[in-house]
Amino acid sequence: MSVLVYTESEKGKFKKNAFEVASYAKEIADKTGAEVTAVAFHAEEAEMLGNYGVSKVLHIQDDALKTFNAKAYAAVLAEVAKNENASVIVVSSSTDAKYMAGILAGALEAGYATNAVAGPENVSPLVVKRTAFTNKGYMFTELQADKNIIGVSNNAYGTHENSVSCSVEAFSPKLSDEDFGTKSVEIDQVVGKATIADADVVVSGGRGLKGPENWGLIEDLADVLGAATACSKPVSDLGWRPHGEHVGQTGKPVASNLYIAIGISGAIQHLAGVSASKVKVVINTDPEAPFFKAADYGIVGDAFEVVPKLTEKLKEFKAQNA
Amino acid sequence: MKILVCISSVPDTTSKINFTADDTRFDTTGVQFVINPNDEFGLTRAMWFKEKQGAVVHVATVGDQSVEPTMRKALAIGADEGIRVDATPTEGLFVARQLAEVVKNGEYDLVIAGRESIDYNGGMVPGMMAAMLNMNFVNTCISLEVEGNQATAFREIDGGKEKIEASLPLIIGGQKGLVEESDLRIPNMRGIMMARKKILNVIPAVEAKQTSKEIKFERPAPKGEVKLIDAENLDELIELLHNEAKVI
Ligand SMILES: Cc1cc2nc3c(=O)[nH]c(=O)nc-3n(C[C@H](O)[C@H](O)[C@H](O)COP(=O)(O)OP(=O)(O)OC[C@H]3O[C@@H](n4cnc5c(N)ncnc54)[C@H](O)[C@@H]3O)c2cc1C
Ligand SMILES: Nc1ncnc2c1ncn2[C@@H]1O[C@H](COP(=O)(O)O)[C@@H](O)[C@H]1O
Repeated sequence: MSVLVYTESEKGKFKKNAFEVASYAKEIADKTGAEVTAVAFHAEEAEMLGNYGVSKVLHIQDDALKTFNAKAYAAVLAEVAKNENASVIVVSSSTDAKYMAGILAGALEAGYATNAVAGPENVSPLVVKRTAFTNKGYMFTELQADKNIIGVSNNAYGTHENSVSCSVEAFSPKLSDEDFGTKSVEIDQVVGKATIADADVVVSGGRGLKGPENWGLIEDLADVLGAATACSKPVSDLGWRPHGEHVGQTGKPVASNLYIAIGISGAIQHLAGVSASKVKVVINTDPEAPFFKAADYGIVGDAFEVVPKLTEKLKEFKAQNA
Repeated sequence: MKILVCISSVPDTTSKINFTADDTRFDTTGVQFVINPNDEFGLTRAMWFKEKQGAVVHVATVGDQSVEPTMRKALAIGADEGIRVDATPTEGLFVARQLAEVVKNGEYDLVIAGRESIDYNGGMVPGMMAAMLNMNFVNTCISLEVEGNQATAFREIDGGKEKIEASLPLIIGGQKGLVEESDLRIPNMRGIMMARKKILNVIPAVEAKQTSKEIKFERPAPKGEVKLIDAENLDELIELLHNEAKVI
């Protein structure tokens, strides 16, 4: 029996969430006497997964699968899940993984729990703790099918080194044209820069910044911290920033280690979507802004004065601690 | 073109979320239910296809009688006909099975669902439906055009977007971006009056495999007090983030 993981990579390099899902799967495998098998597409140094508890990597190098295709990837995972007699499949919460895993769950008639925020509560029966109501609550879900899928929330479990001997086997999936369906025509993606989904630090600006011309403040601070930039909903509605940067209940969820909110009031819809971040800092002129009730650290002050100073001081700090 | 928009009825985004005393159920007392925001974007896009391309638009939901006001609202916004599968949704796979049945029987060309419901945040129903029906599927869809049998869509990806081409029949998981915020519609009096006369078919559920069970709910831990730092003393903030919070 095996616990299967779908490990994602970008331009051949494993993403951090690949190690996170492997770590998660290893805990289940240890508790059930199983081994972890990973499915990796076009990854360099696939054996690296052994550092996180993966005993076997099925490595796929097929030109047709070079670009992510949710339906085809789901077909590959379904095939492997059957071959390997996998009872649990662990995936991340990346946009691609969520896209793929819904199809996979439908195809396998699997039990499926998304947004798991902690290691398995229990393995037999399999119980996971997950968010509901956009972090306004948690629920414990028991997965009862013979194949079950767990989607791990970004950054919720962390990576845990656990070195095992790891074999890498080439795997050629049996695919037909039918397994592709949609065709990717063009990808417009910033590479090499932190994204909201996987950044350790996110710097976010709200309407308090007055206009798009002032976003240099946010970007400079984000640059020093290697952070992704984000914004509140009205900021994207006004076209100051692209839609993809909107975070909150109806935007992207944020689950970074550090979230810095600048000129954001802290409306309930905003807070719900960012509250999974571990540490929150707010900078706002209004001491009554609701965000102060949700934050760990707060500065009552004018962003236009505070942020440039903070950026300078962080530069010095980084130079000293490099 | 025949379009089905899948509507889940969810607590309004400003709702306080409470659970019953034994923490086994979501307590709906005093909660206002609305069309799931991701479905509202999709319904608005469907209205565009109706008005500009002559599409017929149906809306479907899986829910008990309590979701009817939400469905009437969707009809008041302009959907032609509604379908309610009369069952309390227990899990994503159950809902997907019901909706797949509706899609099969109704021979829809385009199925518009949402990226996720903001209640249980499953994010799974449209993908499951796509697998069950072997239909093309685009998730996190932020733009959709249809010409004849061909759809061109953009989907959001981490750090950017991807342009996708697919032939109909197609399922999408829509979200913000699919239409402009300012295009969202509030039903007017005429729409509300007309909606009363529109067909809302109630049909029984089909058999589905049960794969999971909710055991209990938990509230988030109460938040500690914020530590306020003087705007003139930013070194303290950096020190706290470094030594206390250990995040920089
Ligand atoms: C259905 C629905 C869904 C929604 N979903 C989301 C969502 O997902 N995400 C989201 O963000 N919102 C969402 N909203 C909107 C939400 O209710 C708020 O309107 C929004 O979050 C407010 O954005 P803001 O904080 O940038 O602006 P404002 O509320 O206008 O706040 C601006 C803040 O900036 C401060 N400020 C002003 N000048 C300065 C200065 N010089 N320096 C520092 N601070 C300053 C002010 O004190 C104020 O607190 C949703 C609303 C609805 C109805
Ligand atoms: N009970 C339901 N009735 C109709 N559609 C639903 C229902 N639940 C979910 N959906 C659709 O599936 C999408 C994703 O929901 P979920 O997988 O529950 O997060 C929603 O945005 C709806 O379009």
